[in-house]
Amino acid sequence: MSNGTSKTSKISRRSALLGMGAGAGALAAAGVLPGTMGFAQAQSSAPIKIGFQKHATGIGAAYGRWYGATTDAAVKRINDAGGINGRPVEVVVEDDGTDPGRGAEVLEKFANQHNCDVAFGTLFSHVVIGSAPRAGELKLPYFVVSEGHHVASGMLNRYTLQPGITDVKSQVISMAPFVANNLGKKVTMIYPDFAFGHDHRDFFSEAIAAQGGEVVAKIAIPPTETSFTRYFPSIPRETEVIYHVMVGPAVLTFVKELGEFFGPNRPELFGFIDSLEAVDIKSSGLEFLEGTYFWEGMPRYAQADQADYEKDYRAAVGVDENGASIADSKDVATYAHMFGCWETLNIIKAGMESADYQGPQDRAKLIEAVEAMTDMPAGADHPQGAKRFNGKTHQTFGSQYISKVTDGKLVVEHTASIEDGLYEDEVDYTAQSF
Amino acid sequence: MDFGPHLMLASLEGAVISAILVLTAMGLSIVFGVMRVVNVAHGEFYMLGAVLTWFITSIVGGHPAIGFVAAIVVAPLLVGCLAAGADRLILKRVNYDPDRTIVATIGMLYIIQQTTLMSLGPDARPVEAPFNTRLSLPWFEWGENGFAMIWPWGLSTTSYKLFVIAAAAMVLVALWLVLTRTKVGLLMRATQQDSETAQAFGVPVGKVYSWVFGLGAGLAALGAVLVVPIQQAHYLMGHDPLLLAFIVVIIGGLGSLPGTVIAAILIGMSDGIISVFFSPTLAKIIATFLVAMVLVFRPQGLLGKIAR
Repeated sequence: MSNGTSKTSKISRRSALLGMGAGAGALAAAGVLPGTMGFAQAQSSAPIKIGFQKHATGIGAAYGRWYGATTDAAVKRINDAGGINGRPVEVVVEDDGTDPGRGAEVLEKFANQHNCDVAFGTLFSHVVIGSAPRAGELKLPYFVVSEGHHVASGMLNRYTLQPGITDVKSQVISMAPFVANNLGKKVTMIYPDFAFGHDHRDFFSEAIAAQGGEVVAKIAIPPTETSFTRYFPSIPRETEVIYHVMVGPAVLTFVKELGEFFGPNRPELFGFIDSLEAVDIKSSGLEFLEGTYFWEGMPRYAQADQADYEKDYRAAVGVDENGASIADSKDVATYAHMFGCWETLNIIKAGMESADYQGPQDRAKLIEAVEAMTDMPAGADHPQGAKRFNGKTHQTFGSQYISKVTDGKLVVEHTASIEDGLYEDEVDYTAQSF
Repeated sequence: MDFGPHLMLASLEGAVISAILVLTAMGLSIVFGVMRVVNVAHGEFYMLGAVLTWFITSIVGGHPAIGFVAAIVVAPLLVGCLAAGADRLILKRVNYDPDRTIVATIGMLYIIQQTTLMSLGPDARPVEAPFNTRLSLPWFEWGENGFAMIWPWGLSTTSYKLFVIAAAAMVLVALWLVLTRTKVGLLMRATQQDSETAQAFGVPVGKVYSWVFGLGAGLAALGAVLVVPIQQAHYLMGHDPLLLAFIVVIIGGLGSLPGTVIAAILIGMSDGIISVFFSPTLAKIIATFLVAMVLVFRPQGLLGKIAR
């Protein structure tokens, strides 16, 4: 008896589920069809959707937060000026957890669920490398702000572009002469053990050798590491310069422990500001950095000769003259990288306007339009400085800054020109079909 | 670096790792010993201790020492109360069934981790040490001019790291005194030996369980308070300590406190020394390998008793 009852109830539940499933399917189908038709009809006023792949959580969270603030400011500026092709811009944010697997899923959501026109914004190189193949399959233009050499190396595809930020290879080529001539020729490198760090290792080793120097030790540290003192004894005594670049949540610990390890007798230090992004240089324990050098993508501290457009940019993204949030002076920005989001969005706008972009059917035209870009003057659209985009390698080139820590502030000491960072093309993406 | 100073630096690093590890592993071991609960959320209590330390020091202000003292008292207490509450609310409801408590504590892991992420954000938060002087350490060498004291390059520690080692040792002694010399300790040991008989003799086993779960979590939090001026508070930081604490507890013998201490020192020191001389990855590989060997050849652990 009880058996029978349960059996009937099971059947009815199953049929109910079936009915619900069919209903949901019908709803989805009904939802999709008018949606596409509606878009085709209203193509002139529907917003342009830009999918922002954000490192909201995971080891890239500090960057994600500031990339978000910059993106919001850039989109507000674009919309205030009338949008793109007369259409407003809408940013769709998805968290990728700074994880390559999740990154690829996020692109899929942008393309299929949110119907984004393009995807944009990724920083961490392993996420870019994990996501880009999916962007190619989805035929979704993917504008990364990552610094990695993976775009220009030819490793990725025609749908992946890096027009708003220079790559590591270009950065280190333009830094090596300064290091060799001013700091020393025997260099120990400390870098994070993933694609981005390997770019540093490979290209700086080459570049310093070309200057007559050598890398005497290469120390790779996992980006998730939290304790660093144990890596430092491998630094050889003969080291004249320590070249350090670190990422992840523990960068402050890294720099602090570096100082504790050496005490008063440190060799010269040349760091990439990545080791200190989102970290207050006045934090206790960092006093030893006084007199050391940093590469900066864009000077964190407002320099004496700051241009007006840079001042406006600083205000728009909510950063004060010390590179910290206007709202909270302890909340230091990732200022040396986040300009890339601002510039990339302006390039997307320029590309869409020159391609007369109407919708996803024009994605190939958009990529061709961006590929056709070359010199971009410094100004409100490009506050970091002038850029030269190479359409074949999908990579931009620009100025690099070397700053010295002076009285607890980073003061620009040397500016490397676009030409200092140029190298031979390694790929021609324009030869690939769409 | 020369071998001697190198080894000394490695041992110092290892001692700091051991000190923190002994506290977290002790918490895990006590909880298992008394309650037979494998607490997968243990690492998150550690993380909570660290994040609370940041929170407390940032609202207290003033000299870093004031905030730190407040945190060392308040953070473990808060975490302990939270854990005791979780015991009442969750573990008691599943009757401390071994399988279901594992699943329940996995759930707690995610709830604690994601709540921290949602409320305090994903950023790594630094906490300033109450005092932190770099101490260069000498090394003795038989050189050309006879026996000489030299100051090798890079051989140093900080006053705070030495304090961590001393503080962990003191907590350990205090814990041992509580367990062996007080009535609370007696009740805990009675519950550990045979909870049913203990209950028959009027031991409030339910309360003891809550206390023990709170104590275990509090120990993890205390370890985190000590470590956070060296590292930084971050919502994902609970993972590594959990893994290491499990390794220690398995090697030492589940529920055996002296075994836990020995294993923590063994794993901490070997982690420090192998990390410095070879690579931190190799240190993890060896520790995991040790666990496998212990499980094969001495499943009860170094000092564990064979289950009856």
